[in-house]
Amino acid sequence: MKIHEYQARDLFAQFEIPVAQGGVAQTSGEALEIARKLGFPVVIKAQVLVGGRGKAGGVKVVSQEAELVSEFNRIKALTIKGYTVDLILVAKAIDIQKEYYVAVTIDNIKGDVVIIISAEGGVEIEETAKTNPEKILKFYLQGEKTLDERRWALVAAQIFPDTRLQKSATSIIAKLVKLFFEKDCSLAEINPFAINGEGNLIAADAKVIIDDNALYRQEKVSQLRDLKYDDADELEAKDKGLSFVKLEGNVGCIVNGAGLAMGTMDAVNLLGGTPANFLDVGGSSNPEKVLNALKIILRNPDIKVILINIFGGITRCDDIATGILKALNQIKMPVPLVIRLTGTNEAIAKEMLAKAGLTTYSSMRQAVTEAVKLTK
Amino acid sequence: MSILIDQNTKVIVQGITGRDGSFHAKQMLEYGTKVVGGVTPGKGGQNVETIPVFNSVKEAKEATGANAAVIYVPAKFAKDAILEDIASGINLIICITEGIPVIDMVEVKKALNASSCRLIGPNCPGLISPGKSKIGIMPGHIHKQGSIGVVSRSGTLTYEVVYNLSVNNMGQSTCVGLGGDPIIGTRFVDILQMFQEDPDTKGIVMVGEIGGGDEQLAADFIQRNVTKPVVSFIAGRTAPVGKRMGHAGAIISSGESTAEAKIQILRDAGVTVIDFPDEIPQALAKRL
Repeated sequence: MKIHEYQARDLFAQFEIPVAQGGVAQTSGEALEIARKLGFPVVIKAQVLVGGRGKAGGVKVVSQEAELVSEFNRIKALTIKGYTVDLILVAKAIDIQKEYYVAVTIDNIKGDVVIIISAEGGVEIEETAKTNPEKILKFYLQGEKTLDERRWALVAAQIFPDTRLQKSATSIIAKLVKLFFEKDCSLAEINPFAINGEGNLIAADAKVIIDDNALYRQEKVSQLRDLKYDDADELEAKDKGLSFVKLEGNVGCIVNGAGLAMGTMDAVNLLGGTPANFLDVGGSSNPEKVLNALKIILRNPDIKVILINIFGGITRCDDIATGILKALNQIKMPVPLVIRLTGTNEAIAKEMLAKAGLTTYSSMRQAVTEAVKLTK
Repeated sequence: MSILIDQNTKVIVQGITGRDGSFHAKQMLEYGTKVVGGVTPGKGGQNVETIPVFNSVKEAKEATGANAAVIYVPAKFAKDAILEDIASGINLIICITEGIPVIDMVEVKKALNASSCRLIGPNCPGLISPGKSKIGIMPGHIHKQGSIGVVSRSGTLTYEVVYNLSVNNMGQSTCVGLGGDPIIGTRFVDILQMFQEDPDTKGIVMVGEIGGGDEQLAADFIQRNVTKPVVSFIAGRTAPVGKRMGHAGAIISSGESTAEAKIQILRDAGVTVIDFPDEIPQALAKRL
């Protein structure tokens, strides 16, 4: 789950990571009020959960009131990668002397938490990673949940020019690591990690992503979710234990397991059709899930056929069949259903569906071919 | 022969009194797996079917001589379940549970690194050596004993692949589902090495998907160390960039993790990559 910069800054402040003073505004009036307290110049930044806002014109340093109002209104009217701007951060402008990059994240393959740091921060960090990878250092926590400052000192010495900055950076990064663990992050990033006019290190931006699997134990952080960034159907699906992503095509797909769901989409495509969605009913599925899946998919007016592709494992085919029959009782099906069932309790399921007059397939290719044919 | 498990593997089931745990304990027993015990704290002394339930892994291991454990407990308790296995010296741990916080897995990984235990999963279907033992949730009857090794990051997609192998009379030595989470105990490279060294595995099927860098590491390993034919299917060609497709692992975040990029890297390493799961048997037959 991504959170906004202003929310991430609040978390930084809680963990005593230095950020520029500021506040978030909905109107230019609120922005003015904040700016007057801070004193000019201030930076105003669109709060959107997509990258590239700087290049889209969503960030601006302003030095007087009239400029603030006009720039605020300009940014407020922007659409950045399809998203409107609801909130704008107003913060004291930092007189940046130098930009570093620092992030705490997970190295999946090593199974360890890693600090990524570079003396060349800023928006071009991804470019640096490609062209000068040796300028980006990695420091593994080796399974520890705190920064081992003695081991870290060697890295700090390579990045920061003097002992004062090394010490200060170490203290801030240790706090970033603490935040990372306490808030179950998958990313905590400061870019730029800047030296200001007074020669001190400060977080000039804040980016935090929370591990979705850990939201159950991060009640406070969970409330920071900006619902605008989730498709309403996708959210409802999630709430009902389904994993759903809407796509552009017309073959509605209900599949168990993410891999097979992707494989089914690929198959639809390969055989000349277009998948309308990714939908994984998950394992251990109860019949209600199928009913809910059908309801969500049928809201899409483009749908011409629904393909149910189940390979039973922990999901039992008879549970799926019960769900299908229940759905047919409750919903008038406006499009044909193509059902493929194989695996755990397959025979029982097929018998149940046959009694209701439904045809089932055992082969995925046959079922996908039939579904694609019905869209033509 | 087979890798990791055979007819002598003695398994305990953690979370055996839950809906999934009890159902799959029975299924494993019916398949012929030596399920010697179950663990649910506070329910020691009960039985599930004929299987005795213990309060702890340590107790279960001492009473039964178990050398493998399979975990069906909810995500909140999964870390402790795995750590309990490691502390009790269970050599092979299979974690079916999905939704474990990644930071919990960092802790697990540290404990694993300091031990000689192997973890398969989490968020995986388990593994099966057909005709000998199945530990996990896969439907046993679609498998057939033979000489093809199957390794996959997916669950149900693996069944699809295995089903196609079996109906084409290509039995399997062992099928391993690695799991779809970012941090997993065992990766492609580990299993590829075991299949390469297993005299009874003649060919290998590797099922990958978008996201992460495992297929790239596997390609590199195959090029240098694997002499047996490898056929692969990569799921997610039609997945939109930046969208999470259920698995935490199945997300495309950069150009290198796309299906197309992985397919190219694998082909360059001499792997036959097919477009549809039912094309695997023919592709393998050509190379065996």
